Amino acid sequence: MQPPDNTWTMVIRPQRSWFDLRLDELWAYRDLVMLFVWRDFVAQYKQTILGPLWYLIQPVLTTVTFTLVFGRLAGLSTDGVPDFLFYMAGAVVWSYFSACLTKTANTFTGNAAIFGKVYFPRLAVPVSILFSNLIAFAIQLGLFVAFLAYYMLSGAAVAPTIWLLAMPLLLLLMAGLGLGIGIIVSSLTTRYRDLQFLVAFGAQLLMYATTVIYPLSSVPEKYRWVLVANPMTPVVETFRYAFLGQGTVELLHLAYSAAFALVVLVVGVVLFNRVEQTFMDTV
Amino acid sequence: MSDVAISIENLSKYYRLGSIGNATLYQDLNRWWARVRGRPDPLLRIGEADRGNLGKEGLWALNDVSLEIRAGDVLGIIGHNGAGKSTLLKILSRVTGPTSGQIRVRGRIASLLEVGTGFHPDLTGRENIYLNGAILGMTKAEIRRKFDEIVDFADVEKFIDTPVKRYSSGMYVRLAFAVAAHLEPEILVVDEVLAVGDMAFQEKCIGKMGQVSREGRTVLFVSHNLQSVWSLCRNAVWMDHGKLRASGTAAEVINLYRDSISSRDGVSLQDIKRGGSGRLRVTNMHFRDATGVISDSVACGEPLEITLSYEAADEVDLRQLEAYLHVSNDRHFRLFTLANVFSGDIFDAPPNAGVLRCRVDELPLLPGEYDITVSIRLGVEVVDKFASPLRLVVTEGKYLEGHQAMNRAWGDVLLKHRWIVGKQDDGS
Repeated sequence: MQPPDNTWTMVIRPQRSWFDLRLDELWAYRDLVMLFVWRDFVAQYKQTILGPLWYLIQPVLTTVTFTLVFGRLAGLSTDGVPDFLFYMAGAVVWSYFSACLTKTANTFTGNAAIFGKVYFPRLAVPVSILFSNLIAFAIQLGLFVAFLAYYMLSGAAVAPTIWLLAMPLLLLLMAGLGLGIGIIVSSLTTRYRDLQFLVAFGAQLLMYATTVIYPLSSVPEKYRWVLVANPMTPVVETFRYAFLGQGTVELLHLAYSAAFALVVLVVGVVLFNRVEQTFMDTV
Repeated sequence: MSDVAISIENLSKYYRLGSIGNATLYQDLNRWWARVRGRPDPLLRIGEADRGNLGKEGLWALNDVSLEIRAGDVLGIIGHNGAGKSTLLKILSRVTGPTSGQIRVRGRIASLLEVGTGFHPDLTGRENIYLNGAILGMTKAEIRRKFDEIVDFADVEKFIDTPVKRYSSGMYVRLAFAVAAHLEPEILVVDEVLAVGDMAFQEKCIGKMGQVSREGRTVLFVSHNLQSVWSLCRNAVWMDHGKLRASGTAAEVINLYRDSISSRDGVSLQDIKRGGSGRLRVTNMHFRDATGVISDSVACGEPLEITLSYEAADEVDLRQLEAYLHVSNDRHFRLFTLANVFSGDIFDAPPNAGVLRCRVDELPLLPGEYDITVSIRLGVEVVDKFASPLRLVVTEGKYLEGHQAMNRAWGDVLLKHRWIVGKQDDGS
């Protein structure tokens, strides 16, 4: 071996070590991440008639459907909270998580054309997805707060709590879980195309295993662990408690979610980084 | 040795061929389970050896390539299709990784394997400049600084706020190249992107690349077009089957490369791709110059003879033999066709193994390289058809009497003609 020569700015080797993640490079490309966010926002808007209105229509329609089907027809409990607010809280949180998950899940297969022609840190794509969905989330959250204010003024028994301060943490958890699981799936789809079909379906199923359409308190004690094992449940519950004053908040559950998010994120980034170096030869 | 910009050491790249990408989770689990139990791979066909990762069913796209490229050099990379040129560029651009060996680089690399990567059809020209620039590695501030220059180079001021899906393909390519050309990297890697766009724009691109190299930056240029490698590059390497076959000055390497594809007794037509029914095959082809010597270069205005040796089975009736030579320029534009049915030379009873000779008394082509496609027919049946691996090289010569130096900017073909001046058109 030659003595290390520090004047080289880049060395291309067969395979980097598992933990050579080059996150500094992602930082250097932050302008690209923001341009991707902006592209997704602008391009989405350009192709539709209603444009950004869709950001409002979507959660309202989902909430109305939930209210009619689960609230009115099935008569599920909402712990005394107005149906509409209860379901909307769940829908807003869930749609951010599930959008992050399903969109980051096809990073490699969806961007093969670009990835095959030019190098940039591949993580820029899934990270930009988190941010572009954040725009939708912010709009929907604003709408939710407007409905909340309306209900509060008309005297419904709901009230935000001090847990509102935990919002940034909840956001981090949602983004972390969505991104972590998403890029794990995305790394595996380069080899197993089957997963592509599974992920949208799986996200749907996972919703029913999360307390989106029913409160945790309505679940019999002995089955509750199943729901709590789902790291999204504490997020939804805490979100509801923060805004509506209803829900089960336990620090232990939140800590579990955080640990879960951290693990999938680390595994995801490492795996993603691994696949990034070789996938062009396999797709 | 601080003036080396790129140091390539024992670089190899292996591609597995076959069923990659068709794997399913089930198959992989099966394999894994068998390995755990120490059984052979259950999915291997009987008689097929367990080949692990590297085996026979693969291809070494690059095989132990070592090369040092000096800063400020303009290096052309030439070679046949599949010689490993593009693989080398891909590894340099970090689109894919090598199997073994390493490359060390000094400075930022910008690679142009394709123009317009990441262009979004619904976004305007302005928006795409920012997006594409960022994809290629520029920061927003850099792009803003270069913006006017880019628009100016691409010549699209009027349409800068129009979505690029409404652009003509020429405008699209111009804009895309303009963004890439303004990257200002220390090392510029260019694959044959110049094959697109019109002549004037191609010249602009070549000019830009020349300018980049005069500024002391390193340029790597892959091309099939020996002419542009010749005019643009100081040095060149010739790659063949994943290995470096030769390196040196561009002129030396190009000559070596030419010699290999045109041996003294014509060019080998053994391994080329052919069409046609195959009832007759051209077995050898060569050019002869004015002196009757076999050569692949002929001066403009001098006689040229193209010789085709052919063979056909004894029972094949060759009475309706028609031979066509389609001549195109290096941008794949067909210039003219030489055919015995055009010249009126109908063959009564050609021998079943013989030689066809086509003679042009004064070659009206400007200096440059030309491609020839050979097509042989028996009546309506095409019996043999192939693109000649041998290119016709036309060198400087005197065809017209004028003193004005001629170059390809005037076109490819010369015509003998006369001019007269007078007070009025008297029709004489």
